[in-house]
Amino acid sequence: MMLSTAATAALAESPHPGRERETQLIRLVRQDCGSCHGMRLTGGLGPALTPAALQDKPADALVQAILQGRPGTPMPPWKNFISGPEAVWIVDGLKKGFPDVR
Amino acid sequence: MSVRLAGLFLALAILSGCATPTLRGTGDLGVVIERATGSVRIVDTTHHASLARVGGLGDLSHASICYSRDERYAYVFGRDGGLTKVDLLRRRIDRRIVQAGNSIGGAISPDGKLVAVANYEPGGVKVFDANDLSPVADIPAAGADGKRSKVVGLVDAPGHKFVFSLYDAGEIWVADMHDPRHPVLHKFAGIGKEPYDGMITSDGRFYAAGLFGEDGVALLDLWNPDAGVKRALVEFGRHGEKFPVYKMPHLEGWAATGDRVVLPAAGKHEVIIADQQTWKEIARVPVAGQAVFAIARPDGRQVWINFAFPDNDTVQVLDLPTRRIVQTLKPGKGVLHLEFAPRGEEVWLSLRDENRIDIYDPDTFARTGSLPAESPSGIFFTVRAHRIGL
Repeated sequence: MMLSTAATAALAESPHPGRERETQLIRLVRQDCGSCHGMRLTGGLGPALTPAALQDKPADALVQAILQGRPGTPMPPWKNFISGPEAVWIVDGLKKGFPDVR
Repeated sequence: MSVRLAGLFLALAILSGCATPTLRGTGDLGVVIERATGSVRIVDTTHHASLARVGGLGDLSHASICYSRDERYAYVFGRDGGLTKVDLLRRRIDRRIVQAGNSIGGAISPDGKLVAVANYEPGGVKVFDANDLSPVADIPAAGADGKRSKVVGLVDAPGHKFVFSLYDAGEIWVADMHDPRHPVLHKFAGIGKEPYDGMITSDGRFYAAGLFGEDGVALLDLWNPDAGVKRALVEFGRHGEKFPVYKMPHLEGWAATGDRVVLPAAGKHEVIIADQQTWKEIARVPVAGQAVFAIARPDGRQVWINFAFPDNDTVQVLDLPTRRIVQTLKPGKGVLHLEFAPRGEEVWLSLRDENRIDIYDPDTFARTGSLPAESPSGIFFTVRAHRIGL
């Protein structure tokens, strides 16, 4: 399959937090985000975070939702625990299909 | 061969064909959820032993359990709609169904004959025969606006009832199960925004739903349902800054001690002590973070509290007579749940990120034991079989 130029650029720019931090982030997403979104990210009190559920959601909006929370909903801001580049990495992973805990 | 002799041989053949089981009760057993691996451990609280691991239970994030009235079977409610009946004596799955797409717990009827499951997707309650898990009743949770709503806070109540809350619709429903195939619903609408969980006091009188979208709790007096749902503890949560909530408080664990109820507030780093009969505030106690579970020791003197991320390495102990935090423990990373032995002489903590269960003496606060478990979350002892609302 051909990737569009924009998608190729996004992939090329996709930040890599480093192997150790990635392991922590995967655990955080699966376990702690999982309290509301489900460990398999299929949803709970919070919405599903599967690739199918997120396909029409702009990545920027998802990054903002992670960092700033979503006022008026139970989604809290994670900016004290997750950096901007890390949130981009998480959204990238969620849209592709998030890795399992190693 | 005489008929009698043949009968004797047959009896011997049957006896030798079975491994002769050691007779034992189940009153000192429990089940621990291993959330990441879809398995449970059957534990023995007398010997601090893990007796068996039973797998194949599906997605157990946010799983919970209720027990058959003979304390032999555990009904495990999974996130993925799975309902699994586990035999504690044979240490294996007895029956398993997947009854919905996304679920959040369940309850067993007072007579032990019905198991009800609260579902997010499709929103509603499904009721099953506790014996063979065959379907008995389906209660779609369509609110006053006609839309299906996620169901939370499902409990059993005296008088053959199940009580639950509709998260999206903001309603509390009471289902009378006298005719199990034809539940009679009593609906209370407009009870407040986003009830996120519910609980019933241990005497079965008050059903309370915590509201995320508003202050206070929605309270239904089941001894006087015609009075309707009232708002209680409205001042709680109104003052000062609200903190982000990284994990919702769990109201099943709201400590109801007979005359006091201890509640974690959403968005506040404190717990409230209220009078269980009037639901008036008695005191507020600052704590280490967003409280998730507040669990009373069975004698009602102490309440043990755990916390949401990022304070989920901490447990605090509230002494109710003095209303003070008397102990702060750091048991390890990811303290997800705590459960007291039936008479309160020990308390078990699940440490998700440490892959173990620790056992503490609540008098000395000393660790007295430890068991391995893979990403443990809920701990459920069989004594729950005989408690209203558990």
